[in-house]
Amino acid sequence: MKSIWRVFRKEFRETLRDRRSLFTTLIIGPLLMPVLIGAVIFMAIRHSGAANTGPITLTVAHAGRAPQLLDFLRQYQVRVRPVDADRARARRLVEREHGPLLYVPRDFGARLAAGKPAPLRLYADESNRTVHGKVERLSTLLGLYGGTIARLRLVARGLDPQLLAPIALHSIDTSTPQSRAALTLGMLSYAILFTMLMSGLYIAIDTTAGERERGSLEPLLTVPVEREHLVYGKMLAACVMMLVSLMLTVAAFALTLRHIGLARLGMSANFGPGVAAGIVLGCLPLIPAGAALMILVASYTRSYREAQTYVGLVLLVPTLPLIFASILGLQPRAALMAVPSLSQHFIIMSLLRGQPLPSGYVAISAGVSLALGAVLGYLAGRLYRRERLLG
Amino acid sequence: MIEARALIKRFGTLTALDGVSLRAADGRITGLLGPNGAGKSTTLRILYTVLRPDGGEAWIDGASVLAQSLEARRRMGVLPHGAGVYPNLTARENIEYFGALHGLARAVRRARAAELIARLEMQPFADRAAKGFSQGERVKTALARALVHQPRNVLLDEPTSGLDVMAVRTLRRLLGELRDEGHCILFSSHVMQEVAALCDDVIVIAGGRVVVQAGPEELKARAGTASLEEAFVRLIDPNGAQDGP
Repeated sequence: MKSIWRVFRKEFRETLRDRRSLFTTLIIGPLLMPVLIGAVIFMAIRHSGAANTGPITLTVAHAGRAPQLLDFLRQYQVRVRPVDADRARARRLVEREHGPLLYVPRDFGARLAAGKPAPLRLYADESNRTVHGKVERLSTLLGLYGGTIARLRLVARGLDPQLLAPIALHSIDTSTPQSRAALTLGMLSYAILFTMLMSGLYIAIDTTAGERERGSLEPLLTVPVEREHLVYGKMLAACVMMLVSLMLTVAAFALTLRHIGLARLGMSANFGPGVAAGIVLGCLPLIPAGAALMILVASYTRSYREAQTYVGLVLLVPTLPLIFASILGLQPRAALMAVPSLSQHFIIMSLLRGQPLPSGYVAISAGVSLALGAVLGYLAGRLYRRERLLG
Repeated sequence: MIEARALIKRFGTLTALDGVSLRAADGRITGLLGPNGAGKSTTLRILYTVLRPDGGEAWIDGASVLAQSLEARRRMGVLPHGAGVYPNLTARENIEYFGALHGLARAVRRARAAELIARLEMQPFADRAAKGFSQGERVKTALARALVHQPRNVLLDEPTSGLDVMAVRTLRRLLGELRDEGHCILFSSHVMQEVAALCDDVIVIAGGRVVVQAGPEELKARAGTASLEEAFVRLIDPNGAQDGP
């Protein structure tokens, strides 16, 4: 036990002395990432807010053909920008400016007056998210205008306009402020887990592949200490580094998101000290598995460079379940809580939503993750008994 | 005392050691001499427990390197080839770390490190990070690290390679002193002059076999020549030898 502690102290101390790696491990990841992601979330919120409530500028070709329609749109915060364009030119204009552009055909007025469907063309590049939001609003407004005319026509013919509304649909949004925020903050759990794993990368490689490359592994293996204990000491050093980084990341997220002022935008980020502590505790059991995995892979490789490549690739493995989960819209289930990293993702998300998972789920997550760490740690220990290790 | 009996080591289809037996006694410097690839490093690596032999057995002061490897490691200090040290620790910290791993109490390892630093004339660089060390400074650090637990047996793999004349002299003086204190010293080299200048016993190894184990004088007598170099060449390759000066 004592030798594990001695190896740990030396590895940790040596890493602390390497300013450059320390800077990457503790500053770039844990502090810069939250600021960047915070900025992205901030922009996303502002952007979607602008499309849904702010004024829309609508380019209109042949505005003179539909004066009443445009008067109607102006009442709903639509700024009309008339242009002089034929259909080909209108299309080119949209390709350049993404739209939306309303083209009023020649027969619009005549068909409207005749009580026949009057054509309108709305050009827009809907792959652009803001434009998409504007098009949705314009469609609603145009539908509203059409509906008004339809009702007037029915009244003029002595019919009850309600005949045209056989169904009255009320859609009720049940999302709470927390769940709306958590949707936007989905990438946050990814960032927390990835940063945590990344911060163990340097120390895991440096103490294994690096040690061998510098030629200090061979003398180390001649000291009267069980080989496993040497590995466990190195693993412990990586674990502590990951824990420090995890705490920094979570704290930084809590602070940045507070400053973005999600509450002001109608969402509660719900990221107080209690939630932060919960996230750290929830992720904690994944740390030994991550450290052991990286050390195992780095010990197998033949050089420092090779270790960087392989460990970097292996680090993607724990992030894959998260990507699948968000694509498939997976919800926490007992079986899924047995998947390390995915279960930590669920724990983070549930804490952010303010809907804690059953304690049994949390226990499964912690138990399986710790067991995986023990197995990988044992394998790494075994690897240090093999002479192939010297390369 | 270091003993090996009929060591066999294969790497794939290559037989690196083909029955190496040797003995290095206390109070003597034993040189393991042989051309490149003869099996010197492999022999030493089996003795200091980082390689396992495919056959045969070896003992350090009677402790088997296979069955009692921790005990065997406790009884020896090792300077492997290349002498890698931890770049972000100072020379002193490198030495004390190994002291700690050998289970020495803090006060003891401090005192030992200070003593070795003085003995190896390391004061000018003892408290600098090992990052920028010259080869000589690195070897001295690695040597002090190997001696921090005062091992009875000292194994060195090509200790003088890459060292300047002054560093070689310090090393030779130290090895002589250790011998006089009763330590058993086994070192490998492919440099004839070095072995001639230092060794009480010479083990000539070639092609994974021990060709001869004898004192330098006896070696010359056996090969029937006055020059040790010529004796060496004749011993490792009886057909290729030419008459020396």
